[in-house]
Amino acid sequence: MLALAWNMLKPETLTERQNEDQVTRRLILSVAKNLDREAFASLFDAFAPRLKSFMIRKGASPEVAEDLVQETMISVWRKAGLYDPAKGSALTWVFTIARNLRIDRIRKESTLPLVELGDYDAPSDDAGGDEIVTRRQEAESVNRALAEIPAEQKQVLMLAFVDDISQSEIAARLNLPLGTVKSRMRLAYARLRKTLETLN
Amino acid sequence: MTINHHLDTATIVAHAAGNLDEALSMVVATHLDLCPVCHQASRQAALLGGEILGGLDGTSVSESCRSKTLSMLDTATLHRFPKSSLRKSAVPSPLNHLLAGQALKDLKWKNKAPGLGLYDLPVSAASRGKLFLMRISAGKAMPEHGHGGEEITLILSGAYSDSIGRFAAGDVADLDQEFEHRPIVEMGADCICLVATEAPTRFKSWPARLLQPFIGI
Repeated sequence: MLALAWNMLKPETLTERQNEDQVTRRLILSVAKNLDREAFASLFDAFAPRLKSFMIRKGASPEVAEDLVQETMISVWRKAGLYDPAKGSALTWVFTIARNLRIDRIRKESTLPLVELGDYDAPSDDAGGDEIVTRRQEAESVNRALAEIPAEQKQVLMLAFVDDISQSEIAARLNLPLGTVKSRMRLAYARLRKTLETLN
Repeated sequence: MTINHHLDTATIVAHAAGNLDEALSMVVATHLDLCPVCHQASRQAALLGGEILGGLDGTSVSESCRSKTLSMLDTATLHRFPKSSLRKSAVPSPLNHLLAGQALKDLKWKNKAPGLGLYDLPVSAASRGKLFLMRISAGKAMPEHGHGGEEITLILSGAYSDSIGRFAAGDVADLDQEFEHRPIVEMGADCICLVATEAPTRFKSWPARLLQPFIGI
């Protein structure tokens, strides 16, 4: 299964996604401004298949996965007005919605008021034009950093972000001490930060 | 507020991936509300997740899913920023929501031992963690304890010191399991902390261990 996961991160798709992010931003903004149904349909076609894979990887049946895809995309429509390009990549925004939805599902029966775990729904501080440019470069740096992160670190990131399992479950699955899993995560993040620092 | 003790970046990545236990995530979210450094790190970790998920291969989606979704657009209410009914509070916003705007001093604290008050916070049944507020009186020491599992403590007011250093409002103690510590609260003010644990904390000395069922942490 992990070998399969590696193939999902082909280097050529990384550069494609830089362009994809630009396109996605424009589509989301058009949905926000004009309730543009055609733009929304394009977003659906672009994201629904990957969202479905994302839900299936977490163990959803194909039917439940499609329900969750539908809910995620409806949220994209409803929340498009909240998307703020200054805050980060459009891809991240969409997947943050999907992730929160997946978490909400688990907690459904609880009376706990849900906290927005992502940072993407909160109103942002006013971002100047410079900051928007920096954010765009940031998106490019993130995929460069991801390409440079060693395989064993990428493996724990995949298990956390895609398979959605906790650090102790990752440790058990890979037969590693928990401390090793944590240090791989720290190293992966440190690599990302180093790449991002060159922007400033 | 000067923050000197930050979250472990491994914790930030797990939180960004959405698979940190709910109780621990609540403390993380509350710290992020106070700490620009960790907030920035969390945003960056989320970007990494977006890149990874963006690179997934797709699974084909049925036509009925597509048409159902498109047909729902007309009736979907658009989401604007939720108007918070809660007034501005000294309590950081995720916790403030959980407390429905109550001030910390107005809570019905349970006195578990002299100088130790606890206030349990709700988590969903899916959580393996416990979430609570802890109030330790000025000058008091907590029983020495190690951690049976993950534990994150955020200091909301007052300050304590232990072998690692001084922890004051906004600081977070995100410690490894093996670590043993004995915090002593500074004179002058009670120390109020938001604590999440993933397994029961075990106390080391036998009187403390005898006390543990009564203290209930």
